[in-house]
Amino acid sequence: MRVVLAEDAVLLREGLVGLLERFGHTVAAAVGDAPSLIAAVEEHGPDIVVTDVRMPPGFTDEGLRAAFTLRAGRPGLPVLILSQYVQQAYVAELMDAGVGYLLKDRIGHVREFADALDRVAAGGTVVDPEVVRQLLTRRRDPLRRLTPREREVLALIAEGRSNAAIARTLVVTEAAVAKHIASILAKLDLPPAGDDHRRVLAVLAYLRG
Amino acid sequence: MHHPRNALQALAGRPLRFLWSAWPWRSLAYLLSGAVFGAAAALAISIALTAGVVAAVALAAVAVVPCGLVAGRFERWRLRLVDRAPAADPHERPGAPGPRAWLRTRLREQATWREAGYTLLSVLALWWVDLGAIAIGGAVPGVLLSAPFQPDTPLSLGLPLALAGAVIMPTAAYPITAWAGARATMARALLGSPDPELAEVVRSRARLVDAFEIERRRIERDLHDGAQQRLVTLALKLGMARLDLEPGSPAAERVAEAHEEAMQALAELRELIRGVHPRILTDLGLPEAVLDVAGRSPVPAEVDIVLPRRLPTATEVTAYFVVSEALANVAKHSRAARCLIRGRLTRETLVMEISDDGGGGADPASGTELAGLADRVAVLSGTMSLSSPAGGPTILRVEIPCA
Repeated sequence: MRVVLAEDAVLLREGLVGLLERFGHTVAAAVGDAPSLIAAVEEHGPDIVVTDVRMPPGFTDEGLRAAFTLRAGRPGLPVLILSQYVQQAYVAELMDAGVGYLLKDRIGHVREFADALDRVAAGGTVVDPEVVRQLLTRRRDPLRRLTPREREVLALIAEGRSNAAIARTLVVTEAAVAKHIASILAKLDLPPAGDDHRRVLAVLAYLRG
Repeated sequence: MHHPRNALQALAGRPLRFLWSAWPWRSLAYLLSGAVFGAAAALAISIALTAGVVAAVALAAVAVVPCGLVAGRFERWRLRLVDRAPAADPHERPGAPGPRAWLRTRLREQATWREAGYTLLSVLALWWVDLGAIAIGGAVPGVLLSAPFQPDTPLSLGLPLALAGAVIMPTAAYPITAWAGARATMARALLGSPDPELAEVVRSRARLVDAFEIERRRIERDLHDGAQQRLVTLALKLGMARLDLEPGSPAAERVAEAHEEAMQALAELRELIRGVHPRILTDLGLPEAVLDVAGRSPVPAEVDIVLPRRLPTATEVTAYFVVSEALANVAKHSRAARCLIRGRLTRETLVMEISDDGGGGADPASGTELAGLADRVAVLSGTMSLSSPAGGPTILRVEIPCA
């Protein structure tokens, strides 16, 4: 895949370039601020954009706003957003097909990171486990109805994992996962959704309350 | 209290020292001068009244401001009788020379109207009370002292009574001094400018807290831009090295260990930075930052904070750490099932309440961290109160003025 990367910390930017290349991607451009990010996407037309939320000049949410601008001009452009901290307000407006939201620390888990990148590029939704954990803490009451195993499955759904990936993580069969999911959706009064992506959004919307 | 600064302090000192001092006499003089002034003003008004009600009211309405200015000055001067600390003139200096600028400044400032109000109060009520305090305080000893001069009292009875009167005469000093002190406190509060010395102390403490906060933010920035970025990069490189090594080889194991260590260090550094000065607070303000802490709380925490705007940095940081520490205490001690964090800006004061449905019985003295935070709250002229009856619920309330 051709990637445009935006990250203002030079050291980390270089590390990320190395990581992306290690997994066989091409870094079309690696920039350090939001205007350069927009220009680089215009110039290179990448398959996916990886951007830090907080960048010069304002050091607030320039990267995020640039990503929205880019997606408005190129609907469906996959974007993986890296953040220093969990920002619940963003999770609400952010989550959509082909959008990922990961904490920066997650970069250290290189395989997880590369996996998330692939899922976002394929039009999936990826949510950092920490975000999901916080959401689960907030909506604790109705979740009491779930068994501990079902809660684990719910967390993995919310992170944007497919049935196959959930089965791999929990070391169970896909059929067992499907059964858990049906039970969870029934207990939470959520409509059964065939497609993974719509299911993620429904679960996230539910958790946000 | 060797050198009382005012009548009320003297009153609280040792009785003999107080009675021997000049304070009772000064108080008496203070009240008498007040009564004389009030009586003179009342007399002036009654004379005006004989000229007609309308004329009197009109005269009073016009005269109240200039009279107030003069009376205010006189009252501040008179205060020295019962208060060693001089009362500062609260009036502003006119912006330009000339009587018109002077008049404009005087009419605009609050001090002028306070003086007018105080003067009105003196004339209508206070001087009566001054006389009353003297009369009531001196009534019993006065009657006893006058016994020998009563025509139908024999001297054999009159002299002992007079003696008794002389003995209890000093008790009159207490009500007289007490009222004089109270009246002076009121006069100072209404007519003086706010104590400049105290205001300066509060300001300098607030500056210190601000300086402290700026320093913490600098440390946070350095850690974040330096150590944290390097650690993320290190973890990333170790993670990549793991991919390149043959699984199960000794080298792969050691690199895996190093990678885990790096991730652990990263998590600890993140925690450390959060304790110094959380970035989310700087960037997004109190409600988002509290949501973030609440999201990490082991006891489910509901957040209900509505603020119209960003608050001063010191206020935000203090409130944040109070919530953070309170949640830690809830998790450690309360056995609560859930807790609620509420925050509002009410009359320019940030009011935060952290309540839980746990067993109560929290001891404010046991939480040294909380006591430290109470100090920080106090420096911002705020208050912190804890209510935790046995059986619960526990409510921690913090108020910090933000004006």
